[in-house]
Order: sequence, then structure tokens, then C-alpha cells
Amino acid sequence: MNARLRKVVGVGPLLSRIVAALFGGYALAALCSVAAVALPMAPTEAVLTGMLASFVVYVCAVVWVFAVRSATRAWVGLAIAALPLSLAAWSVWK
Amino acid sequence: MSSTMSTYSKAKAPGIRQTMSDLHTWTGLLAGWILYAMFLTGTVSYFKDEISQWMRPAVPAQAQVANPAELAPRLVETMSRLAPTSPQWSIGFPDERSPTANAFWRGGKRFESATFDPVTAQPIEVRDTTGGDFFYRFHFQLHYMPVLWGRWIASICAMFMLVAIVSGVITHKKIFVDFFTFRWGKGQRSWLDAHNALSVFGLPFHLMITYTGLVTLMLMLMPWGGDAAFKDRGARQALQNELSAFVPAGKPSGDKAPIAPVADMIRQAQERWGQHGVGRITINNPGDTASRVMVVRADNQRVSVSPQYLLFNGTSGQLLDTKDSVGSAAETRGVMYALHLGRFGDLPLRWLYFLVSLAGTAMVGSGLVMWTVKRRAKLPNPDKPYFGFRLVERLNIASVAGLSVAMVAFFYGNRLLSETLADRKDWEIHVFFMVWGATLLYAMVRPAKRGWIELLWLAAGLLLALPVLNAMTTDRGLWNSLAAGDWVFAGFDLAMIAFAALHAWLAIRTTRHRPKVKPVRKTAAVTDGTAPAPRRLGGVAGGAAAAVAASGAPSGASGSSLSGGTAVSPRSGMPGVEGAR
Repeated sequence: MNARLRKVVGVGPLLSRIVAALFGGYALAALCSVAAVALPMAPTEAVLTGMLASFVVYVCAVVWVFAVRSATRAWVGLAIAALPLSLAAWSVWK
Repeated sequence: MSSTMSTYSKAKAPGIRQTMSDLHTWTGLLAGWILYAMFLTGTVSYFKDEISQWMRPAVPAQAQVANPAELAPRLVETMSRLAPTSPQWSIGFPDERSPTANAFWRGGKRFESATFDPVTAQPIEVRDTTGGDFFYRFHFQLHYMPVLWGRWIASICAMFMLVAIVSGVITHKKIFVDFFTFRWGKGQRSWLDAHNALSVFGLPFHLMITYTGLVTLMLMLMPWGGDAAFKDRGARQALQNELSAFVPAGKPSGDKAPIAPVADMIRQAQERWGQHGVGRITINNPGDTASRVMVVRADNQRVSVSPQYLLFNGTSGQLLDTKDSVGSAAETRGVMYALHLGRFGDLPLRWLYFLVSLAGTAMVGSGLVMWTVKRRAKLPNPDKPYFGFRLVERLNIASVAGLSVAMVAFFYGNRLLSETLADRKDWEIHVFFMVWGATLLYAMVRPAKRGWIELLWLAAGLLLALPVLNAMTTDRGLWNSLAAGDWVFAGFDLAMIAFAALHAWLAIRTTRHRPKVKPVRKTAAVTDGTAPAPRRLGGVAGGAAAAVAASGAPSGASGSSLSGGTAVSPRSGMPGVEGAR
């Protein structure tokens, strides 16, 4: 029983990383695409720039999530990257 | 991989190469089967128009491409008869690759379409088939499901591919060294280097095609910036105008007026873009005083799909607007889109696209097979592998060898299904999926190696017999098409024969593969410390053959043709893995 429990808990960090990569990565990419609208250029240009760049952000996020030492660090890294992007995105949304 | 796993201690986290290797393995495997199908059907889509021609054998090869300025007035006349009340017609002209004119128009709630003779502009009855468009659509939206679902699934797989490429590059430590390494005259070692150089050579294409593939669907995937920036329909339309040549029909006035001569409008466009630079014309509210005619530039002579068009008043013929440029971000998107489609290319370039893309297909296929190759050597009981292993093994057979069989079956369906069959074009597609499903069942009941060999031979036989069937069911068999200089039909038949040879070669390689006795190789692996890094990224045709050969072997470790049979690690089953790490 104990062994089985440990096994379940053992996959926790991996699952956490998978969620961080799939959904956290997408959220960061989406945030980036919104933040790009704040760029000083025509709105259509800014929107397209954000879309074009978002997949680079997504890939970098996924690589980050699996490269770092722990799942916690993975999430913290995503959150730190999200902070300035959120500020820019907030200026667009408000 | 196990070799490296044992080298890092529990206290220390795995290095970046190890984590990226794992990421590469699992993203590659999970998306691999769909990716392989996307890659192969996408690859043949570079010849989508030619495939469509082959699938409509009653439409004769065109001697000369019609001048749109001469053809357009006749097409407008035909359309005035076919769809006088439609608010919008879109008429496409024949080009070098497709010998018929076509039109689609709004008829009530849905779109209708027709195909026209390139000279008389009269509607012609063509064989009811999806043609090459089936592979084209399947490669980004799959089938038997809502279009949006298919596109999301394809996009997720493309994203996995992008992650697999980037993590694969990070894993592949000596990627640059390998590229510049070529040891001439060293037998199989030279083959290994050639293979390696080729894999890396294709890398920019694989990266480009994956990223630009995502770009083609980015409006669906990343709508958030647009949602935030544009609050009303007008602003949204401004974005749309940067992306596609589309002007909404607007409200008709209700007063009738004849359509101004379209030939003059097309000539004005031809002065800008050349005689065959006009792709299509769209007429809004035809026969109404509020009519607009849009002459749209073709994609085939420029490396961008960004909209370029001239807008005319449809009754006076006056030029109202010239759209000849878009913003730089929009143009970047237009160029990326065009790079993906490759429509700008002439024939040699399209063949290059096709071959490199085929190498990409082989890269995915060999990667899938590699998964089983590496694990087979470590199986606790090789005679009775665990479920996951058998699942991957059988899915590999069906998704690689089975897909070839299914794709040829699609062409057989085109020639053999009755012309009068109801929903004929749907049945061609059902045949494709039924045969593909059958290959999966077959792969599940046969021993793995036999499954590979038999399905590869089946594909080879069907491919070789297809030109024969073509000669029996049409008067455009290989001899006739060669004599007539009909290179679309001759090229198709010759390509089928070449693919038959490729499948036969793969089948023979798989049959001949004999796993070597295990203990002999232990020392070999150690002495081969200079062998290049694992073939994670690699796998053009030769790699696929070796990998296929290896996976079919009951207890074999690796593709001997790749590694020269000596540089195989007994534990990892990968050529030169320990040396590289």
C-alpha cells in the first residue's frame, strides 16, 4: 500500500511539469500575443507580430519546464516570465 | 538512454541533454503516428494539382494555358446563366498545373461550385473525386470529424513536432561537427556520414515547415491578441484585409445593370503582373449597379500569399482601389505561408520540396521505429513484450507501411469505383480508411517482422500494378502518355514505379536483417568511442530502412546497415550512443 502510494506521489512532479508545459506554455504564449498589442505599431501589425512570435515563446516555455531541476522551479520560471507580459497585456485589456 | 541514466547519481539532477532527450522521445512518440501521416500526405500535396489531374483522366492535358483576358468574358456569360441571383461569384482560371477553370458561388446558404472547359467556358462533368485535395486537407484537418477539431489535433501535433525538433537539436551534441564530417571510401562509415549530413541538411526545412504550418493556422490557435485589440467588426475586417483578398459583397442596390467588360480589367492587371499573374476574379452583386469586380493576383509567381488585387466598379469598369502591399508583419506571415505551400516553385523546386519533405517523413518514421529498436534489446522477455511495447510496434507497422497501402488504395478506388456510384468521392475516401484500418488489424495478428515485410511487399505490388490498372481503365497509359509528352500522367506512373522500388527495397532490407549475437558487440561499442551521436534527428530513407529492418527482428538490437554492425551498444541498441555521450 505504502509503496503504491509512493509511486502515485512519485509521478506528481512529472504530471505537474506536463501540465506546466502544455497549459502553462500555452498561457504564456497567449499572454505574449496579447502583450504584443502594446507594441508601438499599427494594431493589425502588432496583433500579427504577437501571433507569429507566440509559438517561439511556447517552445521555449516547454524546453524550460523540462530542463530545470524541479517542477516548482518550472512553474516559478513561467510565473516570472508572465509578470512583465501581464503588465503589458493589462495595458491592452483595460 | 539507460546507459546515461545509470551514470548520473540520484542526488544530482539529470543534465540538459538527458532531459531534452527524454522530452524528444516522448513528444516524438505521442504525436509521431499522426505526424507521420501529416508529413506524408503533406509531402504528396506538393503535387496536389497533378494528382487531381490523374484522378480526372477524362479531362485532357492542356496544350496551352488559356489567356484569362480571353476566357473571362465567356466565363462571366456562363455564370450569368448558372447563378444569376448569387451575391458573389469567384472564378478561378486554368494555370500550368490545372487545366480547367472553376468557380464557386454563394447559392442560398451554401456554396456551390462548377468546373469549366478552358476554351468554351461551358460546365463540364468531371469524375466525382476529391482528387489530390483529399491528402491536402487531411494533412491539416484529418477526416471524419469537425474541421475545427481536426485542425486543433493537427496543430497540437505540429507543436509537439516543434518541441521534438528543438529538443532533438539540443540532444544532438555534435550536430555541427557531424555536418562537416565525411569519411570517404570507408564503406559503411561513409554511408553513416552521408546519412548524418543529409538528416542535418534537411533540418532547416523541417523547422521551417513545422513553424510555418503553425503560422497557417495561427488565427485559430492564437486569437487572443486580436480579441484584445479589435473591439468592433470594422477593425477585425482591417486585419482580414491584410491576410486575404476578400471584400464582403455589401448590399445590392436592387437596380439591374450589365457587368462592365471584365477583359479590360484583367488586361490592366496583366500589365502589372504578367499574362498569367491573374489567379481569379471575384464579382460581388453581379448584374447590380452596386457591383464590384476584384481581380486577384495568383500565388504562383511570388514568395508570398499576401493579398494583391485590383478593385473595379462592376458597371462602369472604373478602377477603385489597388491593393499591392501589406504591413511588414503581415508580409512576414504571407511569406511564411507561401514557404509552407511552395506554390511559387517551378518544377525542379517543387521536386526538391517533395524530396526534402519525404526525408522529413522518413525522419518521423525512423524515429517511431527507433523507439522500439532501443527498447527491444532491454526487454525482460523478448518473446513476450509488455503491452505498451506491442502497441507501439503494431501502430508503427500500420502507420508507416499501412499508410502506403491505404494511399495507393485511394488511387485504386478512383479507377475502380463505378462512375455512377452515389457519393462516389466520399467512397474513395472510405476505401482509404477501410484499407488503413485493415492494415492495422493485419499488423495486430501477424508477428511484427512478418507484418512489416508483408505490408511493405503489398504496398510495392499495388504501387507497381497501378500504372497497369491506369493503362487498362484509361487511354492514358504509360506508353501513350510518354508518346504524347503528357508528363503529368507519365510522371505519375513513373513515380509509382519508383515508389514500388523503394517499398520493395525496404521489404528486402527488413527480410535480410539478422540480429547479431549479443556478446560480440560489447567490446565493439567501447572501441567505437568516436561514433557520432544518436540518430534522434536523423533518418532519411536509409535510416528508415535500417530502423525498419531492426524493429522487425525478434531480438535484434539495431540497424546493422547504419552502424556497420559493429558500433552497436548492447544496452541501448543505438549506434554509438555511449561514445557520443
